[in-house]
Amino acid sequence: MDAITKKELQRIATKIRMAIIEGTYHAGSGHPGGSLSIADDLAYLYWKEMHIDPAAPKMPTRDRFVLSKGHAAPALYGALALRGYFPESWIPTLRKVGSALQGHPDMKNIPGVDMSSGSLGQGVSCAVGMALSAKLDKADWRVYTILGDGEIQEGQVWEAAMFAAAKKLDNLVVIVDNNNLQIDGTVEQVNSPYPIPEKFAAFGFHVIEIDGNDLEEIETAFAEARTVNGKPVAIVQKTIKGKGVSFMEDQCGWHGSAPKKEQYDAAMAELKARLEEEEG
Amino acid sequence: MADLMKQATRDAYGQELVELGAQYDNLVVLDADLAAATKTGLFKKAYPERFFNVGIAEGNMMSIAAGLAATGKVVFASSFAMFAAGRAFEQVRNAIGYPHLNVKIGATHAGISVGEDGATHQCCEDIGLMRTIPGMVILNPADGVEAKKAVRAAVEWNGPVYLRFGRLAVPVITKEEEPFEIGKGRELVAGTDVTIVATGLLVNEAVLAAEALKAQGISARVINMATIKPIDRDILVKAARETGAIVTAEEHNVIGGLGSAVAEVISETVPVPVVRVGVNDTFGQSGPALELLKLYGLCADNLVVKAKEALALKKN
Repeated sequence: MDAITKKELQRIATKIRMAIIEGTYHAGSGHPGGSLSIADDLAYLYWKEMHIDPAAPKMPTRDRFVLSKGHAAPALYGALALRGYFPESWIPTLRKVGSALQGHPDMKNIPGVDMSSGSLGQGVSCAVGMALSAKLDKADWRVYTILGDGEIQEGQVWEAAMFAAAKKLDNLVVIVDNNNLQIDGTVEQVNSPYPIPEKFAAFGFHVIEIDGNDLEEIETAFAEARTVNGKPVAIVQKTIKGKGVSFMEDQCGWHGSAPKKEQYDAAMAELKARLEEEEG
Repeated sequence: MADLMKQATRDAYGQELVELGAQYDNLVVLDADLAAATKTGLFKKAYPERFFNVGIAEGNMMSIAAGLAATGKVVFASSFAMFAAGRAFEQVRNAIGYPHLNVKIGATHAGISVGEDGATHQCCEDIGLMRTIPGMVILNPADGVEAKKAVRAAVEWNGPVYLRFGRLAVPVITKEEEPFEIGKGRELVAGTDVTIVATGLLVNEAVLAAEALKAQGISARVINMATIKPIDRDILVKAARETGAIVTAEEHNVIGGLGSAVAEVISETVPVPVVRVGVNDTFGQSGPALELLKLYGLCADNLVVKAKEALALKKN
């Protein structure tokens, strides 16, 4: 990938956010909040970090991405469509009968999806299996996965973490999207996973803490991750759930409900204004 | 019977994995700290670089297997049936079944013939669980010879396969030269009055029951149903037409397993009496395997009784 400017990445992140609103509005359901919080990660991963070729989505030497928090599928679909894996016209078909764009990622029918996911706690184990596979082949492709902060309440996450460190999978980057909200309230109110960085460190990870809605910090973190030897990497990022749509920000009610027409119009107007600003 | 060589199907499984490891360099084996018991330890010894003990974490193992399979590996994931199918059901369903990945689940210590470990480890629900996953193949070989063929067939099959093996050494009753095809049952004994459809270690009991029935003037057909899914409809329909009564025999709950699969086919095609022999919706208990098999009616004597019941139903 040729050098891409931070400004361009910001515009891409905004376009991913528009796709999230577009998809969930037309679907009448879905998870906009946790999708919006990871749009910056996906812009960076798919436009700068990962070795991929949208024209060859099954290329064996590609880097892999697993959306362990699979309910953020609208963000992934937005990124994949904008990156050219499939037409952007698919976005409004999200969650509709006959559409490839299932409510949660489906590797069988969606070009660019490396692993089906959605049952929380599993994607990270699948990513560990992929990273192990690369090590077996002595290949240098890498594996990235994004977990929710509520998701890490699943015990399987820690089974996967234990194994990843025991096998020294330094080709694995686990991003924990700490937007602090889950369905029923703050993660603390429900069942506190804090402190998150210390937990991953105790499991043998190299831990990097960033603001996950800041592209410069994202860039620094992924660059640091590449320098780590003998340990898997956890990027624990503070983010804002609903980031980029002011009335959705930091509202747990936007975890799993879609915008209605007026909300859709307001959200799109806000994002379009931002895009114009970024393009101007 | 005393002349027959005995071998546990789990032993055959481990041996065949070693054979296949030489042939397929993308074959990877996972275990959840039971390699000595599941016999994947044989593979570990031969190919240590392609064997991984994930520790006591069966759910994690299944999802890791999915990740390996998604990147081109043929993966065997092994544990006891209770934990492979039971503990890890949702991982098998969502990470392996839904994406139809090339993972082979080597589940050993199935059924009550686990013996002394008791009910917590005697899985009589696995066939039922696995049967409800779309696209899952279920193989339950009768003996060591057939087990090896089943393992090889599983590797040659593209997609998820659940292989069910036992702890107990059982008589070898199938022959090397017999073909093995996924989805095909095999008639072992010809008969015209009643058909016993058996799977796993009950196949030998079915053959013994047929001999006993013959002495009493009853001609019993015996079918070895090594594939439980996809079930061989043709051989079942033929048996129903030609013998008019069916007994099923399995080391599994009578709910959800072979008996259910057979009844489903027969009730929708050639409705004839189907009498199910299996564990009667109860948990097992500790004890020597052979004693337990008798106690729960998983033996030739009980199959003789049930074959007569099926015949009586047919006459009514």
